[in-house]
Amino acid sequence: MKFRANLVIGGALFATVVVAGALAPFLAHTDPVMDANLMNAEVAPGSEFWFGTDAQGRDIYSRVLYGARISLTVGIVSQLINTVIGVCLGLSAAYWGGWWDDFVSGLTNLMLAIPSLIFALAIMAILTPGLTSLLIALGLTNWSYTCRLSRASALSLKGQGYVQAAKVLGYGDIRIMLTQILPNILGPIIVIGTLGMGGAVLAEASLSFLGLGIRPPFPSWGSMLSDARDQITTAPWISIFPGLAIFMTVLGLNLLGDGLRDILDPQSRARTA
Amino acid sequence: MSGEALLKVENLRLDLVVGGRRFGAVKDVSFSIGRGETFGLVGESGCGKSITALALIGLLRAPLAFGGGRILFKGREIQNLPDSEMRKLRGNAISMIFQEPMTALNPLSPVGRQIAEMFVLHKGATWHEAERKAVEALANVRVPAPDRRVKDYPHQLSGGMRQRVMIAIALACRPDLLLADEPTTALDVTVQAEILELIRDLSAAQGTAVLMISHDLGLIANMCARVGVMYAGRLVEERAAQEVFRAPSHPYTGGLVASLPLLGARASHGRSRLKEITGVVPAVTAFPEGCRFNPRCQARTEICIAEDPEETALPRGGRVRCHHHA
Repeated sequence: MKFRANLVIGGALFATVVVAGALAPFLAHTDPVMDANLMNAEVAPGSEFWFGTDAQGRDIYSRVLYGARISLTVGIVSQLINTVIGVCLGLSAAYWGGWWDDFVSGLTNLMLAIPSLIFALAIMAILTPGLTSLLIALGLTNWSYTCRLSRASALSLKGQGYVQAAKVLGYGDIRIMLTQILPNILGPIIVIGTLGMGGAVLAEASLSFLGLGIRPPFPSWGSMLSDARDQITTAPWISIFPGLAIFMTVLGLNLLGDGLRDILDPQSRARTA
Repeated sequence: MSGEALLKVENLRLDLVVGGRRFGAVKDVSFSIGRGETFGLVGESGCGKSITALALIGLLRAPLAFGGGRILFKGREIQNLPDSEMRKLRGNAISMIFQEPMTALNPLSPVGRQIAEMFVLHKGATWHEAERKAVEALANVRVPAPDRRVKDYPHQLSGGMRQRVMIAIALACRPDLLLADEPTTALDVTVQAEILELIRDLSAAQGTAVLMISHDLGLIANMCARVGVMYAGRLVEERAAQEVFRAPSHPYTGGLVASLPLLGARASHGRSRLKEITGVVPAVTAFPEGCRFNPRCQARTEICIAEDPEETALPRGGRVRCHHHA
């Protein structure tokens, strides 16, 4: 198989973030929340504090590591919820058609018409801020693209010989959807899911930046950026490192999504197999 | 007809529903197939042979709708069965092979698994058991090295091999009736002959009756004991296969047989044009009054335009639907 730079670089970036998040307790130098020390406030990056310290004297390196846990949890879990909702709705709408299809398509269009961040903001305003609410808010607001994609792909497969054949051979509706259609539309869904994960990481950062996501003092990249606003000219490292973390994660996920698209395309797979 | 009828179709009517109006795409079609018998249905494209097959397994889709008549399978009326009941018959007691072996297999599933799924679905087998049976099934359809081929994906197989896999799937549950809708149209001639032989041998071995649908008269003559000829949604003639070709009774059948090219005819009779049936098949929405074949018929008289002919029994067996049958 030929070398795919986007897949390798994207995968490496994403893997780095996953490893950093998973091993945060071992890699971190200090406790991200408790070890505030005003004596060390706004120390520039150096040998003691690799990424410097913030206004409360907390080690930014440790906080960025722990922040990966929150960002990844939000990114993966909320995108998983979105994917499940989107695929269930899109696939069943395409397969059954009729009023159900009209209903799902209408709902999808409605969701697309409302900017998802605004929608998530509204949900967060009702719920109490916190990780669970964040997962719900982001998990319920970004399924429309997945839904549209799976509906369109399933629709084009519905007329395929093997789907018709399965019907003739006595497969039930659910069985046809799960064994005949779903595996064949999984490629694009994984791609859009990976890309959406990057979007969810950004959305978490945005919501936390606006104070509606993860509440301080818990370290989320978004809330760290938000806190660093005032010192951006005097102590730029406070905002640079969480910003860089967001950038790398989203870039990694996008490259990974691109790379996956290349290998999951059934045509190219058939050729290389 | 041999033995008790396995499938009996009585006055089947299938409608094409366009803007609330119903057109009889298939009208008053009756035939029966005995256990283990091979019955052929011939006719040109759009004459209603494929939708008749779909109706038999309850898979008519809009704009087509069931219009009336009865379908008896093993003495049980199945035209109004709920889908859950029908599903137990499909693939199990009544199975089907398709025209297009290239697209009738799931590209992302190994062929062995697709065969195995039939045992799991209809016979309640465990996956382990089913995969073992899949190897046997592949061996039955004469696929070489079946234990290795089960792991292959459809794109790794040739058209003929894929059609063999389709046959293995269709016959996995030892159905009583196999619907074969143009099973060899997409294959080259040598492979065609092998596949037909395979269908004939396996159905004979399992006692499976076959409804062979084709526009290829030669194929039908080769495979089937009895033949039904369809034209514009009606069964115009139904007789023993050799009778149909020896002495066609309906003018349409006569035209079809006369239009067949004869190998070597140019050498013995000189250059001559093939006989044709003038005109085209009318659209379903514009079937003529009276006999549906009348605008193209050489033997047409007043009565053909005025009256729809009834089915007449022929002295040597079989039926024909014509006022002036031979």
